[in-house]
Amino acid sequence: MMFFLEVLIGGLLAGVMYALVALGFVLIFKASGIFNFAQAAMVLFAAMFMGGMHNDWGLPYWLAIPITLVIMIGVAWVIERVVLRPMVNQEPIILFMSTIGIFFALIGFAEIFWGSRSRTLDVGIPSDPIFLGDMLLQSYDLITAAIVAALVVGLVFFSQKTRMGRVLRAVADDHQAAQSVGIKLSTVWVVVWSIAGLVAVVAGIVWGGALGVQPVMVDVAFKALPVLLLGGLTSIPGAIVAGLIIGAGEALAEVYLGPIIGGGIDSWFAYIIAMAFMVWRPEGLFGEKIIERI
Amino acid sequence: MVATVSDLTPREQESEVLLKVENVELRFGGVRALHDVGFEIRKGQIFSIIGPNGAGKSSMLNCINGFYHPTSGTLTYKGQPRKHMRPYVTASQGIARTFQNIALFKGMSTLDNIMTGRHLKTKASLLENAFWFGRARREELEHRRFCEEIIDFLNLQHVRKTPVGTLPYGLQKRVELGRALAAEPELLLLDEPMAGMNLEEKQDMARFILDVNDEYGTTICLIEHDIGVVMDLSDRIVVLDHGEKIGEGTPREVSNDPKVIEAYLGVQEQESA
Amino acid sequence: MIYRESGQFKKTYQADQAILPLRQDRIFLILVLLVAFLVIPFTASNYVMNSLLLPFLIYSLAAIGLNILVGYCGQISLGTGGFMAVGAFAAWNLAIRTDLPMPVIFVLAGLITSGAGVLFGLPALRIKGFYLAVTTLAAQFFLVWLLQRPWFNNYSASGVISAPDFHMFGWSIETVTDRYYLSLIILVVMALLAKNLVRSATGRKWMAIRDMDVAAEIIGIRPMPTKLKAFAVSSFFIGIAGVLWAFLYLGQLEADAFNIYTSFDVLFMVIIGGLGSILGCFLGAAFVVLVPIFLNIIPSALGLPLSTAMISYIEVFIFGSLIIFFLIVEPHGMARLWSIAKQKLRLWPFPY
Repeated sequence: MMFFLEVLIGGLLAGVMYALVALGFVLIFKASGIFNFAQAAMVLFAAMFMGGMHNDWGLPYWLAIPITLVIMIGVAWVIERVVLRPMVNQEPIILFMSTIGIFFALIGFAEIFWGSRSRTLDVGIPSDPIFLGDMLLQSYDLITAAIVAALVVGLVFFSQKTRMGRVLRAVADDHQAAQSVGIKLSTVWVVVWSIAGLVAVVAGIVWGGALGVQPVMVDVAFKALPVLLLGGLTSIPGAIVAGLIIGAGEALAEVYLGPIIGGGIDSWFAYIIAMAFMVWRPEGLFGEKIIERI
Repeated sequence: MVATVSDLTPREQESEVLLKVENVELRFGGVRALHDVGFEIRKGQIFSIIGPNGAGKSSMLNCINGFYHPTSGTLTYKGQPRKHMRPYVTASQGIARTFQNIALFKGMSTLDNIMTGRHLKTKASLLENAFWFGRARREELEHRRFCEEIIDFLNLQHVRKTPVGTLPYGLQKRVELGRALAAEPELLLLDEPMAGMNLEEKQDMARFILDVNDEYGTTICLIEHDIGVVMDLSDRIVVLDHGEKIGEGTPREVSNDPKVIEAYLGVQEQESA
Repeated sequence: MIYRESGQFKKTYQADQAILPLRQDRIFLILVLLVAFLVIPFTASNYVMNSLLLPFLIYSLAAIGLNILVGYCGQISLGTGGFMAVGAFAAWNLAIRTDLPMPVIFVLAGLITSGAGVLFGLPALRIKGFYLAVTTLAAQFFLVWLLQRPWFNNYSASGVISAPDFHMFGWSIETVTDRYYLSLIILVVMALLAKNLVRSATGRKWMAIRDMDVAAEIIGIRPMPTKLKAFAVSSFFIGIAGVLWAFLYLGQLEADAFNIYTSFDVLFMVIIGGLGSILGCFLGAAFVVLVPIFLNIIPSALGLPLSTAMISYIEVFIFGSLIIFFLIVEPHGMARLWSIAKQKLRLWPFPY
């Protein structure tokens, strides 16, 4: 029983990290209807710049992190200019494929700049074992969960209480109506992609701290895709809940199912959960119902 | 206001009922799009549905070709009552349609669009198509011949191989009509075939509709806002307002019906009151 | 002046429906085939055949398969690598476990891949677009995992197994020239089949679903069988490409060799070459095979040799940027650029 709980909690905490990547997807999808495949690449990109600036240039983290944030805003601006603006009114599937292009362009750029060697990214989150009764937990995981919770609260506050937040919600509701009341879409998109960049920086710190910064990080982020579908593309709570479900399900499956059907099932288990769920409810847990019109 | 048989011309009385709509009700959640609508379309008629914006005309058409399923009521097509049907089933029973907002296959040429309309008449299997063998080769030629007739009929020769996405609006509407005709339908549903056209294009389209009705004997069910066109073309008209039928009859009867005039020119009623 | 259609009147619909209605195009194709069959095998070095031409031929075949699904039917797939693996492992297991003749094994391997394709295509009936992309990723990860189970490599210790020697119609495939010829013949035949399919009623149905599925349904096209057929045909092509990749190019099998990045490579070929164009598949495959080589040659020629690692980084960046470029500027890819060039050539040298 104790063992089960430990596995479960370990899985839930891994799920928090999936949710963190999925959160970036949801923000962009809500505001612009674009399924941003490149979100995972943005995480790697941010992590490589932070790790590179600290390790290779010797910058302290309190400098490297803000600089990376500025770079991410620059990336958002370039993406808006070079990709989104010329692609207005294209079909969603074409936009999706173009984000696959962004995915590789970002990774390629970061690699040209920093190479592909592995770096550490330790911003000083303590990693000590904590005993909760008989249960063994890592302080790193708990602090991570707290950071994510703070980020979500911050985002909700931003979207409910600030002017820019209201603008974003208006755009998410109806592009044309928002434009007609004088909202400039290009600005909104730069803001949204910058926020997704901020989320990517946080995810980069958390992921990089746990696993080190290296290009294979991006493979782990592939897991955020099923989380996203399970949660529903437009729902922030959905992303969190689905992240937890998939993190826990995956950990339990690896431990209890793995010995029976063979190890390494975590590479696809999340996808199968999401697929099975979607056949039943295509819009995901909290997503908006897809209505067909003609 | 339900029409009696005596309203029909002798030719129409002889022809059989192709589609009978009875007490059709359509709801989307709390919104009632259609309420207790009923009418009959007879073989060979040009039948029009008119009414102000939001009267439920397109919803009615969508029910007929199976895109929406009526909440209650029945549709009887060729003597067969039906309730739930997918659009491809109604298509296979001989119902074709065009759309208010053109629904062409934009990446394909005019010819390919019209050839696609022949879909239900093709039987060649995947393998025959891959090896371009047997029925595949034969059918391709037969259908090409048929489609070229339609292209000639609609005067589309000059844009035969142009992708339809690049054609002007009026021509796209014509290609869409061509695609519907290619299926050799028994009942052709036209949803505002003349919307957004100039006078000349409207005249062309009206001529095409009359010719189709005349030459192929196709029954036509039409939605149109241009009352002049409707009065000229139709054998019979049904008028909808707020999802309910408020009048039916020949163009002359409908244009003299006080309830119809009221629906269209509501101001008058206020003035007289 | 050379590329002119004047004077070539088509008197029958048959002539107008030919694959290449213009005489110049036919002559050009015959020349290309003559060079491919009679000149290249006697002039190209083993290195060129093995490292350039074989991957080019096999990638072209896979790209045709993917283009049928993405370019013609509008259903995106990121599972190409996984399906290639299915084809390769199906053929290998049939070869060591049965006595069937090799041509039969090839076809069966293709059909088994079709089955897998249809299975993972089933969600396409309820979901669309990027949702589908994610379920095909599921196919990618699941299939590669499944094929790593010991039964599939006959309990080999290392998980890497070598492809069997084989012969077809009494022709034993040994030298690189043999392997080149076999790939070429299979590619030519299958490209012709694909071309026939996409210009037939089947192809029009796929394109109708791609362009507007609701309207397609209303003219009587049933979405379910149409989409599943596209998945089946596409996977068949990809499965055969997987067999060739393992048997003729690598000479060995390893499920990991068909990873997610294989899927992306083939998708790049399709986008860069041109969505919805068979010719584009060849151009795209050639491009993806040649770029690393040019990156090797050009900087060294300029006196700035790059490290292998740097070349691969630049490659990733260039492909990513080109995807964006082509999707914005010319969604029909290099195939469209080619046909624009032909249009110009038609009028040259008197453009007015």
